[in-house]
Amino acid sequence: MKEEIIIAGFGGQGVLSMGKILAYSGIMQNQEVTWMPSYGPEMRGGTANVTVILSDDRISSPIVHEFDTAIILNQQSLDKFEAAVKRGGLLLYDPNGITAPPARADVRVCRVAAAEEAAKMGNAKVFNMIVLGAFLKVKPVVKLENVVKGLQKSLPERVHSLIPMNEQAILRGMEIVEG
Amino acid sequence: MSELRLMKGNEVVAEAAIRCGCDAYFGYPITPQSEVMETLMELRPWETTGMVALQAESEIASINMVYGAASAGKRAMTSSSSPGVSLMAEGLSYLAGAELPCLVVNVSRGGPGLGTIQPSQADYFMATKGGGHGDFHLIVLAPSSVQEMHDFVFLAFDLAFKYRNPAMILADGVIGQMMEKVELHSPRPRCTDEELQKAVGSWAVTGKRHRSRNIITSVELDPAIHEKFNQKLQAKYAEIQEKEVRYEELLCDDAEYLIAAYGISARIGQKAVELLRAEGVKAGLFRPITLYPFPSKPMAARAGQLKGILCVELSAGQMIEDVRLAVGNCLPTAHFGRNGGIIHSPNEVVAALKKLKANCE
Amino acid sequence: MMNTEEIIKPENLVYAKSKTLTDAPMHYCPGCSHGTVHKILAEVIDDLGIQDKAVGIAPVGCAVMLYSYLDIDWVEAAHGRAPAVATGIKRTNPNLHVFAYQGDGDLAAIGTAEIVHACNRGENITIIFINNGIYGMTGGQMAPTTLLGMKTATTPQGRQADLNGYPFKALELMAQLPGVSYATRQAVHTPGAVRQAKRALKKAVEKAYAGKGTSFVEVVATCSSGWKLSPTEANRWMAENMLPFYPLGDLKDE
Repeated sequence: MKEEIIIAGFGGQGVLSMGKILAYSGIMQNQEVTWMPSYGPEMRGGTANVTVILSDDRISSPIVHEFDTAIILNQQSLDKFEAAVKRGGLLLYDPNGITAPPARADVRVCRVAAAEEAAKMGNAKVFNMIVLGAFLKVKPVVKLENVVKGLQKSLPERVHSLIPMNEQAILRGMEIVEG
Repeated sequence: MSELRLMKGNEVVAEAAIRCGCDAYFGYPITPQSEVMETLMELRPWETTGMVALQAESEIASINMVYGAASAGKRAMTSSSSPGVSLMAEGLSYLAGAELPCLVVNVSRGGPGLGTIQPSQADYFMATKGGGHGDFHLIVLAPSSVQEMHDFVFLAFDLAFKYRNPAMILADGVIGQMMEKVELHSPRPRCTDEELQKAVGSWAVTGKRHRSRNIITSVELDPAIHEKFNQKLQAKYAEIQEKEVRYEELLCDDAEYLIAAYGISARIGQKAVELLRAEGVKAGLFRPITLYPFPSKPMAARAGQLKGILCVELSAGQMIEDVRLAVGNCLPTAHFGRNGGIIHSPNEVVAALKKLKANCE
Repeated sequence: MMNTEEIIKPENLVYAKSKTLTDAPMHYCPGCSHGTVHKILAEVIDDLGIQDKAVGIAPVGCAVMLYSYLDIDWVEAAHGRAPAVATGIKRTNPNLHVFAYQGDGDLAAIGTAEIVHACNRGENITIIFINNGIYGMTGGQMAPTTLLGMKTATTPQGRQADLNGYPFKALELMAQLPGVSYATRQAVHTPGAVRQAKRALKKAVEKAYAGKGTSFVEVVATCSSGWKLSPTEANRWMAENMLPFYPLGDLKDE
């Protein structure tokens, strides 16, 4: 198994931390993982992206220009990465703020209204976990129990009480994903 | 007890420093390596192992603090990125001239000048050809994964003390900033005073006590004595070249074309090899792990079976000079590399190798 | 009349070379202050019984061979970097007495950042700053501390403020820093001054070791070769010209 994923959106949407939790989940089930962020001034400009690779074997390049999955959380990122999804790959996006939806016919396009759902749940911070849930429903590359373990590993202990809420959000994302 | 973590290359340098019994870190912030010192300050090793961590006023001061602590036989280190390492050139020359062990981590970025904070491998010349005045070399290790970033902290200190010579980990912004799974070594305690006396008492300044005094210096005004000293240094480098070469070969046994690359370019090169093999091109990866000493002999040993070598570096072509020295003029060699902070893609490397192949056949 | 054998009997001893001084002949010019400062430094080390716990940092400048003359552990630093080197040693070896010996070019020109920040951090080290207003080793060029009007190889018409800036009062600058607990200016041009300088140096070393912060001892010094004066003329010139601008005494003792 090897899954090359790009997660892209605005800074503050939890793009990097979603990637980190995904990578930690991979470690929990003995996978090789890489997490490669964009860094530098472009981070300050508002967009953030991270490449996460999960694999059963040693990972060669942590930098790839074509992806098995693109998780897209704003229009700029969609413009930038839509063409970078491999044929037959997955493009998962949140329609919130998207003015020109993806047009590729040779990839699987899925939608998750995570921003709207997070607002309904009254907690904007679980937005990225809803997206993660949606992704894992379509591509169960890591098991939910390992995501929980990953959360335990990656979050400081003082916020471990929030893990059940995050788990709820992941489950919600699994329910509402479309396409 | 080892431990699995997901960590950035920069963070793991700090963790490895504490675990390998390092006595002191002195540094100055610079992107893209500031997490090294930030992580140390979070971990507060002075409360556990007694390791000193101090933010200096400059890279010049940092390397001279390292020089001071190393003079006392301590395991001392600093980290920086390219422009900061330029400032350390003086100190590195003094450390080599005084035969002091230490570790310098360069998480390199694009230059020249202030350049860019994005990744680069354009410090190869600076790292391997001296990086300061006088006839000296650093022992240079090039990690290509976060795990190696961790492991090489241990290795670099061991080699530095074995040869009483400064060692450098030459990384790049990608290795520093990316996270990977890493297995942390079980902690190794810092040297006790007794152990330190036994190991370095013959030369380190620890207060003269029951021995004749020790003097750490690189000045010698008598040309005859100074020439002898330089010959001794060169003999040491010859021994290092003989014994400490490290490299990795992937799919080289039947290779007709070699991608020679280190650090992040080796990872990208490995992917390119996978893609080329899928198309039936017999490509292999040769990855120098020690940039000094450069693995000239094992590379030359491959020359007979090859049709060409593609050097892939995030630079305008620096390591390629050592590759050409290793294989001579009998083999076509070409350079491919983006620079200025742009990272080449595996596909670009594939295209460059195909171009070389077309020229060779 | 006593013969030599009787004269050298211990009971007749009135003066002896300190234990910490080596037998190496000093290379300094006649009339140079360095030798006298080395001598009192060796005496202070003897008096405090710290020969086995002292580490000195030698500078780049005329005192570059300082490590030949005092029988303690030494580190030779790059030009101006002695305070950073001293920091590295002292931070990792708090039980050592660490002092840096620097000239005016070393400390007040090329090493300005290192000295300011070592003092500002209050490193528990002693700084011995030899100020003779000139670069001795390289052949008498202008130092940051060169007086206005003073002729040097690079100010042959005399130092002019509009061209070369003003003489640099390093002691006054350092004394303002909270990290510095003792800041004093001394000289070694008369026997009385030598005794006074030795007392100051001893206090400086004790305070630094006690963890009070940085001790900074400036010694206004002569350079008869660079000044192109005889040793006695140099002493007189120093008293008449240097001391009014660089007055002796403690600036800070906390």
